[in-house]
This record gives sequence, structure tokens and C-alpha cells, in this order.
Amino acid sequence: MDPRLNIINKRLENIKRVIAVSGGKGGIGKSQTAAALAQYLSMQNYRVGLLDLDFCGPSSHLILGIDDVFPEEDMGILPPLVGGIHFMSITFFSGGQPAPLRGGEISNAIIEILAITRWGPLDFLIIDMPPGTGDPTLDVIRLMERVEFLLVTTPSRVAQEVMKKELSVLRELHIPVIGVLENMKIKNNSPTEEVLAGLQVPFLGSIDFDEDLEDALGNTDKLLATGFVKQLGQILAHSQMIS
Amino acid sequence: MHEWALAESIIVTIMKEYEKEKLSKVFKVTVKIGELQSIELDIFNFALENMIELYKPPVDLNNICLEIDRCILKCKVCDNHWNYRDTPKKLEEDEKEAIHFIPEVAHTYMRCTQCGSPDFEILQGRGVWIDSIEGEK
Ligand SMILES: Nc1ncnc2c1ncn2[C@@H]1O[C@H](COP(=O)(O)OP(=O)(O)O)[C@@H](O)[C@H]1O
Ligand SMILES: [Mg+2]
Ligand SMILES: [Zn+2]
Repeated sequence: MDPRLNIINKRLENIKRVIAVSGGKGGIGKSQTAAALAQYLSMQNYRVGLLDLDFCGPSSHLILGIDDVFPEEDMGILPPLVGGIHFMSITFFSGGQPAPLRGGEISNAIIEILAITRWGPLDFLIIDMPPGTGDPTLDVIRLMERVEFLLVTTPSRVAQEVMKKELSVLRELHIPVIGVLENMKIKNNSPTEEVLAGLQVPFLGSIDFDEDLEDALGNTDKLLATGFVKQLGQILAHSQMIS
Repeated sequence: MHEWALAESIIVTIMKEYEKEKLSKVFKVTVKIGELQSIELDIFNFALENMIELYKPPVDLNNICLEIDRCILKCKVCDNHWNYRDTPKKLEEDEKEAIHFIPEVAHTYMRCTQCGSPDFEILQGRGVWIDSIEGEK
């Protein structure tokens, strides 16, 4: 009997909303969105946590320039507070080196992190998800009772097809979907909006391809000034997502 | 000190099972402690004691039996089996500490003793596990 499973939702009980930023494909801006969402919410004076569950390609710490901090131990582990965000990632334990894990072990590591991390009271816990609808996604759904999903896609049909598959899995499992964000828009049209119209899933808006983003990575002040964060902020301000 | 978080999960689980199985009494709870996680038994016992005080479960410390579970690793590539203690390269303290928190990061710091692959399985002795709860209805 795995005792850890019985403590996970207790660890999350003082968190108002748990939002998993997902979207089937890799490289579409899930991590970027999760980090910017956490930053934006923290700027609005919400209490925010950010959990990077992409064990094979942890990125949140790189985007936010988090290094030189480590969780404190106090009847569990306490996520360090960095730039107003309570942050947890496997990178604290793998020390920037690869962690080549198979599916079942990824599950086990996710369960361990969820069981021992003491978040304290939060308005939002944002989860940076790995690509795909494999073990981590199914685990988040299985283990975190109140999770909601925010999906990211690009305008490419290749990304949209994968996003639609994830939507259909989430729908079948009755998991709330806040909506879909279209990222890296280059042309004027927003194919995502059309795709979603038939599916009764909210289209949140589009974010343009931002040429200046790369130079801002690792620097929270620069990030806040990017078009990416500004556009995401506008989308969030006009949506009912945060209320 | 994250032994406390794991001790808490043990006590909460005992209480859940007690209710679910409608037990009137719990005689013995056997908890396996995997070697790989290097749990400090003194701290773990102390944490259990405190959690018992906090949650008031239908057991006391004497009913909880801790058993160390040898850690056996099995290479997926060459099928080599070896014991965690026989790893030739001694782990650094911070590596041990990382494995203590998340045993799976063993894949970051350990390699198969025969072929050097990081693709091995933790067959047993990973972490904290409830082996059995004995009681009566
Ligand atoms: N709108 C955008 N404009 C420019 N670059 C972007 C944009 N969104 C994301 N990126 C960049 O694309 C890369 C992949 O993004 P990332 O968030 O890591 O994707 P994922 O987490 O989905 O794999 C990163 O280098 C990121 O900075
Ligand atoms: Mg990512
Ligand atoms: Zn081998």
C-alpha cells in the first residue's frame, strides 16, 4: 500500500486553484506560458506556486533564471520563494544533470514530490507539464483532485491535431478545461479559433511569435517587458479565467 | 527532516484503512523502509510518535513495525542485478541527499555496475511502503 497517495490532496488543500499548462506537443510554449502565467498572477498580488513536472526537460527554472536556491526542510520540503513565486522542480535534486527515467519511475517521482512538498496557502498552483498525454498527465489527473487544464497550441495543424486529442482525453475524463491559448502566431489568421468553435472549448486568444523573447530568458524584469508577457496579460485580463 | 512528511502519510493511511475496513482494532502495521531512500530511523520514529499524538490514530508506536528493505537494482540493458550498497563509486553527500528526497534521481547519480547504463530498474527497497495492516473487525 502506497501511503503517499493518501497525503497528496492534503498537501494541496490550501490551494484555491490548480492549473496544469499542457498541450500535446513539445516546443509549443507550455513552459513559457506557465512561467509567464505565474509571473503575471504574482504581479496581481496573488499567491502563486509553480511546479515543473517535465522531468525529462525541466525548463521553468531556466526561463525564470532560478538557480542558487534549494528547498528548505521542515516536516517535508518547502518550495523556495523566488521573485514572488513558490517554486518546485526536479532540477533541485538532479542538479542540472539528466534524469533518464522510464514512465513508471516518472510517476513515482511525481508522487514523491507531491507527497512531500508543503506549499502553504496559495491562490494558484501552476504546473508546467511535459508534452504528451502519457504517465505525467494521467497522474496529475488521477492524483490532483481539483486540477484544471489550460492547453497551448501553435497555429500549425500538426500541433492542433495533437491538442484536439488531448482535449478529447480530458473531456472523456471530465476534467475542466479553462481554454486553449494559441502561441507563436505568425500569420494573421487564428485557425485555433475555428477548430475550437465546433468543440465548445473556450479560445483564450493568440500570442505572436516574439523575436525578443530569447534575449529575455533568465531575467524576470526583461521577461515582464516582453510582448509575450504583455499579450498574455491582456488575454488574462479579458478572460474570466481569473476571478 | 522530510521523514515527517512520510511519517504523516503512514498515519493518515492507517486511519483511512481503519475506517474503510471498519476495523475495531489494529494489532500491527508493517512498514517497509527502502534502503535507497536512506531514511533516518531515529527521526522517522520520532516523527511517527509526533504524528500519532497529532492525529490520534488507533495505533501506538509499539504497533508499528519498521523493516528495512534491501535495495536491489536491475539493469534493463544487461540484466545485471546488484545491491545499492555494492555500488563501487561512493555517492557524494549531496547526491545521497537528492536520492533521499526523490529516490528516482538515482538514475542521475548511479550507473549499472556491469555495463554503466543509467537504464536500470529499482526492483525493491525504494522508499516507504505499508506492507500490511493487521486488525480485527
Ligand atoms: N511566442 C513565442 N515567441 C518566440 N519564442 C517563443 C514563444 N513561445 C515560446 N517560445 C520559445 O520557444 C521555445 C520552446 O518553448 P517552451 O515553453 O520551452 O515549449 P514547451 O514547454 O511547450 O516544450 C523556447 O525557447 C521559448 O522561449
Ligand atoms: Mg516545457
Ligand atoms: Zn547493465
